Amino acid sequence: MTAAGFLRAILAATLLLAGSGAGLVASAAGPAVDAARSGPCVEDPAVMRRSHMDFLKHDRDDTVRRGIRGIKHSLSACVDCHASKADGRVLGSEKHFCQGCHTYAAVKVDCFDCHASTARPSATAAAAAPGRTR
Amino acid sequence: METRSARRAFWTLLAAGGAVLAVALGAAHYMEVHGHAVTGMNNQVVWGLPHVFAIFLIVAASGALNVASIGSVFGESDYKPHAPLSVLLTVALLAGGLMVLVLDLGRPERLVVAATHYNFRSIFAWNMILYNGLFAICALYLWALLERRLGRFARPVGLAAFAWRVILTTGTGSIFGFLVARQAYASGVIAPLFIALSLAWGLAIFHLAQWGLARLAGREPMDAELHARVRRLLAIFVIAALYFVAVHHLTNLYWAKQVAFERFILVSGAPYPALFWAGYVVLGSLVPLVLLFHPRLSGARATAAASVLVALGALAFLYVFIVGGQAFPLEIFPGYEAASTFGDGRADGYSPSLPEFLLGLGGLAASFLIALAGARALPILAPAKVAIAAPAPAK
Amino acid sequence: MNPVDKRRREFFGQAAAIAGAMIAPGLMLYEYAQAGDGAARPRAPGEPVNSKVRWGMLIDTTKCAPGCRDCVDACNRENGLPGTTRATDSQWIRKVDLKDLKTGKAVSLPVLCQHCAEPPCVDVCPTGASFKREDGIVLVDRHTCIGCRYCMMACPYKARSFVHENTTGQSPDVPRGKGCVESCTLCVHKVDKGGTPSCVEACAAAGHQAIVFGDLNDPSSEISKRVRAAATTQLRADLRTDNGVRYQGL
Repeated sequence: MTAAGFLRAILAATLLLAGSGAGLVASAAGPAVDAARSGPCVEDPAVMRRSHMDFLKHDRDDTVRRGIRGIKHSLSACVDCHASKADGRVLGSEKHFCQGCHTYAAVKVDCFDCHASTARPSATAAAAAPGRTR
Repeated sequence: METRSARRAFWTLLAAGGAVLAVALGAAHYMEVHGHAVTGMNNQVVWGLPHVFAIFLIVAASGALNVASIGSVFGESDYKPHAPLSVLLTVALLAGGLMVLVLDLGRPERLVVAATHYNFRSIFAWNMILYNGLFAICALYLWALLERRLGRFARPVGLAAFAWRVILTTGTGSIFGFLVARQAYASGVIAPLFIALSLAWGLAIFHLAQWGLARLAGREPMDAELHARVRRLLAIFVIAALYFVAVHHLTNLYWAKQVAFERFILVSGAPYPALFWAGYVVLGSLVPLVLLFHPRLSGARATAAASVLVALGALAFLYVFIVGGQAFPLEIFPGYEAASTFGDGRADGYSPSLPEFLLGLGGLAASFLIALAGARALPILAPAKVAIAAPAPAK
Repeated sequence: MNPVDKRRREFFGQAAAIAGAMIAPGLMLYEYAQAGDGAARPRAPGEPVNSKVRWGMLIDTTKCAPGCRDCVDACNRENGLPGTTRATDSQWIRKVDLKDLKTGKAVSLPVLCQHCAEPPCVDVCPTGASFKREDGIVLVDRHTCIGCRYCMMACPYKARSFVHENTTGQSPDVPRGKGCVESCTLCVHKVDKGGTPSCVEACAAAGHQAIVFGDLNDPSSEISKRVRAAATTQLRADLRTDNGVRYQGL
């Protein structure tokens, strides 16, 4: 690919992504997901949609390398809260929280190659209670 | 002017190499999808056949530069017309070796992590810098050799390439030499041993490529007098490598704590002793020496045969060195006999699977393709006048 | 992956490569301040681990029963390991049976990551994925492990395993997946919350009490007292890796 072609491709990719992001917020035809809990997330949903991966990446280093537990943006907390009421998972079909949105946005999610995609039993049991204390 | 048959031969070889490479990439994909469980590698023998091929190619890459170095650094002008091929082979072999190494990773898609996270205490991380640096230096070197106006830069760049590749092979040897805990490695002699091996293996590959490309172009490979010199050089390098291998083993034999390991590798731990003695020592070193020194066998074909044997001996040597070195159990409890579910105290088997063998072959194919395509695209072969000046001696 | 996504990834990869090349030398200069001595106080939430603590284990081989695998089973349960013992299966802790070649004396003991102060696996790791926490726990950061297995070549204790297959049934606290190297974490997810590694608990529950876990830097801890009172050994002491795991009766 020539340098100009490469730049054009980047530009096109950026526009496309921005378009799909805007669609996600505005359009009612977004992914219909089945998440267990209602109540507020750890950040504003619009912020989470845009930046959850950055939060996760920042806090993962705090936990893995510096041993800080109970952090605000923890992947297992995402799973506990957003797991499906039916089977306690965030993956499996396009109804599931993580998979539904990632399929819609066409972004590969590889967290769950290693991380459990199933909520803790205790989290599912407490699913009726709204919100989280963490 | 290229003949029709030469053109056809070129495309046939290119297609054959491409087919092997395609199969290898398929094998690598299969390994990535299913995990290393589909290879023979396990928690005891963590590096297997892919590493045998990869280390062979990377070590040979450094040695392939010999002919160019002799021309540029040591000022032997007879060698200079052959320098471009020498440098091209270095690039081709290095690329093939690195391809195998990368595709064998557990997470090959994380190559960008390897490129952005460096642990400077790791000789492996240093090697990544050294490998990429050699690519850059060789590109400049080739440019200086092929572009008449840049001819005056050939010597300084050649000098840099020479120094760089000595450091690089020291680094490759040190991947093993620095493994303080393992009986098979942990030795300062492994770095010079690898340099001696690289000189021999790289020159053998050079001979083969030179011979094959000349045949493809339908001409004599090399000026007869120069050919005789390069033959002798290959023999000397094979002897040098044997010497370092002998020193390594003799040193170990003198240490009581290493005797069990040496007995395993040299006598009892089948299949490694057979591969070492029959494969590396006899077929890979002694027979080539006979072929190279025998007065009646002075033709290019004998040299090519010797070179093939040196390369096969190299693979046998590395199999013993890498796989055999890991198969011998780590000695964690000196003075005790140990047993566990995790292979303690027991020499574990390793039977390579087809996918990992194909991946290794794919490295050879990638190198072959780069060399073949490079030799066609660039004026790599020595100018024809060399061949004219030296009418063909007895073949 | 769709083409747009791929192009975007390539771009970020290249940008990251350039950024990495500029930042890396700066990181080299960064050094951790060494903390003073004295007993550790419990960590406040949000406070990073520090080198006032050095977690360690003392394994009394005279109390370890041959044939008992309670520590191994507990480890497998806690960390979501399959517990099978093919050559490609992960084993974070294993029972080793020893026989003295001269006297025939038999010893049984568990071997796990020795959590060295000078860990060879950390030295050789090209990406820094293999690292030692300030409190002495040696871990693999699976986010940056590329699966080269050089750490397995370097480990003197054969303490590391490579994940050879796809994994299922992971514990939410112990992520693990194909293509990365792993080893005993000293149950870091429990230790960070004031807990004890599962193998230690299982050994105590079985009534053997063969494993003591604690802070080697705290002179008043049980492990420190025991290490002061009795002769202990470190495996491959000749390598001077200064292991956090010590053995008694070997």
